[in-house]
Amino acid sequence: MIGYLLFFMILAATIFSMSAQNMPDLSNAVIAAGSDAVSLCLSLAGAMAVWGGIMKVAERSGLTEKLTRALRPIIGIIFRGIDKNSPALGAIAMNLAANLLGLGNAATPLGIEAMKLLKREENSETATRNMAMLAVMNCCSAEIIPTTVAAMRASCGSAAPMEILPCVAAVSVCSLAAAMLTAEALYIGRKK
Amino acid sequence: MTVSAFIMPLIAVGVFGWGLYKKVDIFEAFTEGAAENLKTAAGLLPTLCFLMLGVGMLRASGGTEALCLALAPLCQSAGFPPECLPLALLRPVSGSGALSILEGILKEKGPDSFAGRVASVLMGSTETTFYTIAVYFGAAGIEKSRRALLAALAGDVTAFLLSALAVRIFLG
Repeated sequence: MIGYLLFFMILAATIFSMSAQNMPDLSNAVIAAGSDAVSLCLSLAGAMAVWGGIMKVAERSGLTEKLTRALRPIIGIIFRGIDKNSPALGAIAMNLAANLLGLGNAATPLGIEAMKLLKREENSETATRNMAMLAVMNCCSAEIIPTTVAAMRASCGSAAPMEILPCVAAVSVCSLAAAMLTAEALYIGRKK
Repeated sequence: MTVSAFIMPLIAVGVFGWGLYKKVDIFEAFTEGAAENLKTAAGLLPTLCFLMLGVGMLRASGGTEALCLALAPLCQSAGFPPECLPLALLRPVSGSGALSILEGILKEKGPDSFAGRVASVLMGSTETTFYTIAVYFGAAGIEKSRRALLAALAGDVTAFLLSALAVRIFLG
């Protein structure tokens, strides 16, 4: 799926660029793509390594287990058919907690860990319902306090940078609900 | 200073402190966890290369802007400010790209204008969907993720449609 999508993006870009006659820009973009990816990966790798370290300490000291127990009721409703003692549930709980706290950089490595564990748990090469739910929740999990946007509004001279908060909260909840319902509908009648 | 500035340091202090209290070799555990995640990060790179190629080419070609121009009349009838369309289109594929467009709208239209507010809400309530899906499933080695992508995009479309409505309701 993602292969077709990317091909379509590249094809559209090339055709458009030919008609707009800005091929040199496009050519530069092809060359820059790899190094952009590497620099993004490097910045992500650092954060991931630090959080992986912190989370390993949390796991060894039993903190993860405590958090999982606290979040279990919510996770039990959303993720179904997973063994109660599975490490996947712990990783999902940590990912959920990081999202709720607005720690995007911490949530990503935790979510990836959770995804890997789900794959092992459900033994599937394709995305299962539970995996889709995990991805969807991470796609829609907006920050409770959108600090970056508020900071940018303030720097542009807004009278009330935080006035958007109720709007953001309402829109986030609605879009998460829409995404989860769609995922649920798409997996109706499937085993996993 | 915001509350969120306290969260990260307090988590670090709390986790390491609790680990020491529970007699965990925190140095050994930390390095082991860090090594595992570095390997995961390296595994991400091939996915990111392809993703950046598509996104980078589309942006450089100027195709996104042309698409926005074509879709502007449709926006107007849906009550969505056309200025925010580039943001809505780029938001699912590029976080930094969306942020630079947001800055442009805020500077040009003013942060407290209708377009400025809608752009802010849109930015605050959505995520870089394609990137997130590609990274999560790419790192886990899952190939078919069509349904997850569709569901996440349904969430994005909902956010686009509701952001203008929410600004009208809450901020008049």
